[in-house]
Amino acid sequence: MSLTYILRRLGIFFLILWVASTLNFVIPRLAPGDPIAALIGDMEEQGATVENSAELINMFRERFGLDDPLPIQYFKYLAALARFDLGYSIRFFPATVSQIVAAALPYTIGLLTATSLITFVLGILAGALLVWHTTPQFGRAVITFFMMLAPIPYYLLAIIFVSVLAFSLGWFPYSGVVSVGRLPEEGFDFGYIVDLVYHSLLPAFSIIIAGVGGWVLGMRGMMVTVLGEDYLTLAEAKGLKDRRIFLRYAMRNAILPQFTALAITLGYVVSGATIVELIFSYPGMGLRLFEAINSNDFPVIQGITFFLVVSIAVAILIIDLIYPWLDPRITYSRK
Amino acid sequence: MTTAFLPETGPETAPTEEPAIGTRGLRASVRYWLGNWKLSLGLAMIIGLTGFSILGSYMVDFDLTKVAAGDFNARPSEKYLLGTDNVGRDVWALIIHGIHPSLKVGLIAGVLGTAVGVVLGVVGGYYGGNTDAVISTMADIFLTIPSLLILVVLASYIRTTTLEFTALVIAIFAWAGPTRLIRSQTLSLRERAFVPLAKLSGQSDFEIAIKQIMPNLLPYIMAGFVGAVSGAILALVGIQILGLGPLFTPNLGMILQAAYEGAAIFRGMWWWWVPPTVALMIIFISLFLISLALDELANPRLRERAK
Repeated sequence: MSLTYILRRLGIFFLILWVASTLNFVIPRLAPGDPIAALIGDMEEQGATVENSAELINMFRERFGLDDPLPIQYFKYLAALARFDLGYSIRFFPATVSQIVAAALPYTIGLLTATSLITFVLGILAGALLVWHTTPQFGRAVITFFMMLAPIPYYLLAIIFVSVLAFSLGWFPYSGVVSVGRLPEEGFDFGYIVDLVYHSLLPAFSIIIAGVGGWVLGMRGMMVTVLGEDYLTLAEAKGLKDRRIFLRYAMRNAILPQFTALAITLGYVVSGATIVELIFSYPGMGLRLFEAINSNDFPVIQGITFFLVVSIAVAILIIDLIYPWLDPRITYSRK
Repeated sequence: MTTAFLPETGPETAPTEEPAIGTRGLRASVRYWLGNWKLSLGLAMIIGLTGFSILGSYMVDFDLTKVAAGDFNARPSEKYLLGTDNVGRDVWALIIHGIHPSLKVGLIAGVLGTAVGVVLGVVGGYYGGNTDAVISTMADIFLTIPSLLILVVLASYIRTTTLEFTALVIAIFAWAGPTRLIRSQTLSLRERAFVPLAKLSGQSDFEIAIKQIMPNLLPYIMAGFVGAVSGAILALVGIQILGLGPLFTPNLGMILQAAYEGAAIFRGMWWWWVPPTVALMIIFISLFLISLALDELANPRLRERAK
């Protein structure tokens, strides 16, 4: 892996963060008036009493340096972001945004990492099997069924699952991440982990089932192209085992574009999962985001957005750094 | 007659290298596409749903979609075909008056996103160099950033009151997908033999882009458009479920959000949350079928074996 490749990928990593944080900076300033006074005014209008609102306004004004010229505000903002300092929650003042995010992030990252990996592996395997000649008719039918679920949004599946599997059939809990009042015991608490996984199953199913079809589709398309290649005929003529041809020759090559697609679709998955969390009251970033929206807690809304973008950028960086190992050509193609 | 010019085995043997665009290929395409079940079914579903909603809007009184228009939480009956919600709105009327506004948002954002995507994609793909590097990097970054979240930030500051405005906001993110798709196809079209040929015959770069490249991009432009429409509706409903959508015009996301807020699932009020869910599923599945069919147009190897 060449140094220039790594530098280029790091450049893209910072570019993603920069675009997202700049959008986060620009958007509030597009709104007419002073953002802080406006939002506290908003809250009071809606009947919420904001204690010490004058003090809060001054604190924010000072912290964001809202009296400074815009470019200086902008650089101060970026400098604060670089230290993960996103200010205070309005609703849970004096809790900082970082504290709120830190409490929710593990749930979301855990759920998303597990489901993304499962979805990806299941999807590409199924997609490859769909066009492979030894796959039985029944298998193809099952895979095609899941492929047809590809266009259904995460949130609609989640709503259907909550209704049928959790509410009507009662097979799964429909909210929370552990049973009510359940706290982890000292040391290694196996029962707690089981409870946690059990509560996470249904949100995870929604994400996996909504996502797997897309991978099946992409992989099917690529496999069809690969199946026409001469090296497969050669491999067959050499008398290689069918399984080996499937895994090491056909899938091995068809998988490469899927890896690029994985980086591109992460943002979409994260958006979808946010709403799934809300529907299942799963205490991750999505649910916190929803609560923040409902209480006009702007710093938290922006903080959650920023941290989710950071998580995605990190994931993409990891994928990008793994990629040359999968496809050695990549290192040479870029100057 | 003219059909004698068609290849005997039909469009299956249409050369895969050059998209079928000439008159001969066009006729073969039309014949093939009329027989493609995915395209026909997808179109039938989306046209049927749109027609149902638009015609229905003339027949069902709009006032029934207003708060306290009828009983609260009523089960489906002869009076209320699909029951009422927790503030007395007639669900049947809400659905009929709510489908076409949701589709309209998708259409506005889809047209804007595709238009920008075609221009940026062709410019980037055809001219290459630094222009292309900037365009494709920006498109990748905009695809990477979870658009829903930025839209949430935006929508929470500017509480959108009209669907049209929401559509414009969604369009900010709708260009990246089409741009990427069109750019990659332009890149490969640029290498085809007809481009240097057109150059030799004295056409300018602009003429080549418009007259030679664009017509061949048509299936991809359509695919990009369908994707953008579907993505826009997805984003719209997403914003709405989070409670940030326009609340005054009836539309599918609003009904779903109200049902979620009103705990329709846990109160067993299926008539409240099932209809918007089904309508949205029809929209997404029909657009998906159409885009699958367009994929097959662009990549003939994906076509099912002809009988």
